[in-house]
Amino acid sequence: MTRKKRRLYMLLLALLGLGTATALTLTAFQDNLVFFFSPSDLQTKGEQVKDRSFRLGGLVEDGSVRKLPDGVTVEFRVTDTQHTVGVSYRGQLPDLFREGQGVVAEGKLRPDGVFVAREVLAKHDENYMPPEVTDALKRAGQYKPADTRASAQ
Amino acid sequence: MTTALMHRYANPARFLRIATVVLPWAAVAAGLLTAAGLYLSLFASPPDYQQGDTVRIMYIHVPAAWMSMFIYTSMAVAAAVGLVWKHPLADLYAKAAAPIGAGFTAVCLITGSLWGAPMWGTWWVWDARLTSVLILFFLYLGYMALVNAFDDPERGVKAGNVLLLVGIVNVPIIKFSVDWWNTLHQPASVVRMGGPTIDGSMLVPLLVMALAFKAYYIATVLLRIKSEIIQRKIQTLRLTQGDSGAVESGA
Repeated sequence: MTRKKRRLYMLLLALLGLGTATALTLTAFQDNLVFFFSPSDLQTKGEQVKDRSFRLGGLVEDGSVRKLPDGVTVEFRVTDTQHTVGVSYRGQLPDLFREGQGVVAEGKLRPDGVFVAREVLAKHDENYMPPEVTDALKRAGQYKPADTRASAQ
Repeated sequence: MTTALMHRYANPARFLRIATVVLPWAAVAAGLLTAAGLYLSLFASPPDYQQGDTVRIMYIHVPAAWMSMFIYTSMAVAAAVGLVWKHPLADLYAKAAAPIGAGFTAVCLITGSLWGAPMWGTWWVWDARLTSVLILFFLYLGYMALVNAFDDPERGVKAGNVLLLVGIVNVPIIKFSVDWWNTLHQPASVVRMGGPTIDGSMLVPLLVMALAFKAYYIATVLLRIKSEIIQRKIQTLRLTQGDSGAVESGA
């Protein structure tokens, strides 16, 4: 019985140590584990990402999407409701790319502050509902895209 | 005493009797629930307001993801019981569950990739959620390789149990990766603070599919444990009868 108890305590102690070590490591590498920076992050990390390729994530600002006359370049603004960054992208946009929806773009900041994207990915939110429900919500004036709701909290 | 109770059910003979009763029920439940779940998710549920019909991939993807984490956690608990109390059934369980868990993880990764290609615009990204699930898949494969890597099966099981317990730190990382860090993968829709953000018409088929996967898992894992116990019985019988010519290597 005592040997079993000792093994149990050893195991719990080992798990505790392992958990602590993992938590410390993950906290230390926080910046490397995020998939993208938000426009607000750029305010504080501006120097760090200069001339470097990185990912920018946020919502496509309503009414900001503009197709340039050349037919392949798209310009839009990415916002996290606090700050906004202009993005320029040449290429095909994914199915879920919409105004008011999440987006993650990979590229570099131009000296004039415009983010030139090489790749644009759509970010889906956690809401799943049939179109009729969205229509009903819109009629009742209750409809808000989820990401705005989440970031406004 | 809980330990006394644990010992009671750790008896392989008693386990065999219980498994023989439960197995057919679980198998029938798995068949019926899968049929109902597939009908509900493919025909009776509405398309999504953003994703259209692509949302139907979710009815396979999410239950598979749940199973991948549930099975790993249960294997780690079995590993702890095996290491501390030396229960033969606990080790049998982890060995039997591993390939099924790896299978569910593979299904989760593949269906997720199929969904990501049209929706995100990419098959794969190295964000925290996707990467931690890939690590889970490698933990399953690593466990299976390690358990069979020793001449002495006892030592293999012991090493495998340690690996399972070390790997358990990955499970909360998978679950909370979408909350702790910016990820491309969306946050949780069902198991979250403040209730599900998934419409009832889609939640019901999802839960039916989750039950179907669970029933399938119970049936397959019982079958695998049963066959392992029977195989060991045959081996011991052959050894005790001294029939040296008939003694085959296990597996």
